[in-house]
Amino acid sequence: MTTRRQFLILAGGAAVSGAVEAQLPPNIEALRKAALAEAVRKVTGDAQVRRGKVKLDLPPLIDNGNTVPLSVDVESPMTSADHVRAIHVFTEKNPQPYVISAHLGPRAGRARISTRARIADTGTVLAIAQMSDGSFWSDSVNVVVTLSACLEDGLI
Amino acid sequence: MSVRVLRLFLLLALACAARAEIPLAERRSGYEDMGRETRAMQDDDATNPATLWVLDGESLWQRREGAAARACADCHRDARDSMKGVAARHPAFDAATGKLLNLEQRINGCRVERQQAKPFAYESRELLALTVFVARQSRGMPIAVESSERTKPFLEAGRATFRRRQGQLNLACVQCHDERAGRRLAGTVIPQAHPTGYPIYRLEWQGLGSLHRRMRNCMAGIRAEPHALGAPEFVELEMFLMWRARGMRLETPGVRP
Amino acid sequence: MARVVVNLPQRARRGEIIEIRTLAGHGMETGFRRTQLGELIPRDIITRFTCSYNGIEVFRAELHPAMAANPLIAFFTVATESGTLEFRWTGDNGFSATHSASITVD
Repeated sequence: MTTRRQFLILAGGAAVSGAVEAQLPPNIEALRKAALAEAVRKVTGDAQVRRGKVKLDLPPLIDNGNTVPLSVDVESPMTSADHVRAIHVFTEKNPQPYVISAHLGPRAGRARISTRARIADTGTVLAIAQMSDGSFWSDSVNVVVTLSACLEDGLI
Repeated sequence: MSVRVLRLFLLLALACAARAEIPLAERRSGYEDMGRETRAMQDDDATNPATLWVLDGESLWQRREGAAARACADCHRDARDSMKGVAARHPAFDAATGKLLNLEQRINGCRVERQQAKPFAYESRELLALTVFVARQSRGMPIAVESSERTKPFLEAGRATFRRRQGQLNLACVQCHDERAGRRLAGTVIPQAHPTGYPIYRLEWQGLGSLHRRMRNCMAGIRAEPHALGAPEFVELEMFLMWRARGMRLETPGVRP
Repeated sequence: MARVVVNLPQRARRGEIIEIRTLAGHGMETGFRRTQLGELIPRDIITRFTCSYNGIEVFRAELHPAMAANPLIAFFTVATESGTLEFRWTGDNGFSATHSASITVD
């Protein structure tokens, strides 16, 4: 199944400023899924990742995939005994899956970060929180990425 | 005929000429067509990426330039006072040359004449920074470009461009931005195309850019040969678009998809 | 040095949790884009951001190509004492930017 961006590139229609790839392998979806799984495994090891405690907030319909505001909020008392050590954000459909890894601790007071990501295509964004007790919690959001009309076409 | 009657006639003529024109009360800024999160990006100066350029512009305002070793601040003092309203009434008629100048060209004019410095290239980081800094001083003010006997030729030329079919796709601006505004093109809502926030931080560019750059993108979109940045055709179109947006509030620096 | 914008309260009560919002001017070239002629544009991004509070690191982030240009990083910290917060961005091609801010904690 070709994504909208891929179709437009192949059709020679509206040129997408930026992410033009010369050749896309036919099994790209499988490759990216594997890359995401590998990236998550690097962070979590063999530990189980449970859904909950984490709230990933980003628009379900994205104005422009180049700049997508997102925030991750994790429920935690943020004490020395019980706090969030790190928050990791991944995307499914990008050429590489990592977005940001934020390292917190009891001095944070609140386990919440806000930033802006590049999201190449409609798909899943995943946030994983690493707790001080070694447990992992996650949240994910499915987003739809739209294209802006009237692009640059290599003009400037 | 008295000037007043002439002005009234001109306004009526301009109003009647447009058939598919959006009624004044139904005009919407592109801001309203964006998602909640993108609007929040524009609303907060602390997180609006354009702030990076505004601060650069503020530094340039203070910097001594050219053979005259003069800074903008030396003549214009505090921009918050002296530049208030300036962007809202540009493009403006320059009595000295009889030309229509937009804000970028006005700034460059000052550079050449008053600072005796070389003009900044259109779309250069410095010109964008100064322009957004100056335009920001008009934020919240109603757009109010001059509509009179002496600006009439420019307004009419701009309107003619807005209504003219162009490019391989043979489309006129009016077909998307008057007749089909609010409907969708490639998943995005078609805005009415009021220049309420320029220079804007365009998410597609991931940077700050001018109205002329945005209009070049439009012309690429309809597969027409785009005019050069700063071309008279663009300044006239800019004038018409600002007149079409008269009374709407300036939002500079805007964020747009 | 690249332009950065840092926003935080100048004053806070002891123990108050404050939000710090930062913006850094940087193109964040992903390394995946190609020119019109097909040449790969090399990666050039900010890779690391740290915030230290009176010398102690209170926040650190690793950034990757999927971060948008002109990155916004907003986070929280506890206002423990008066002093200085130091912000540091580092990245590819020796990129470095810093900013200092004072805070008064009563």
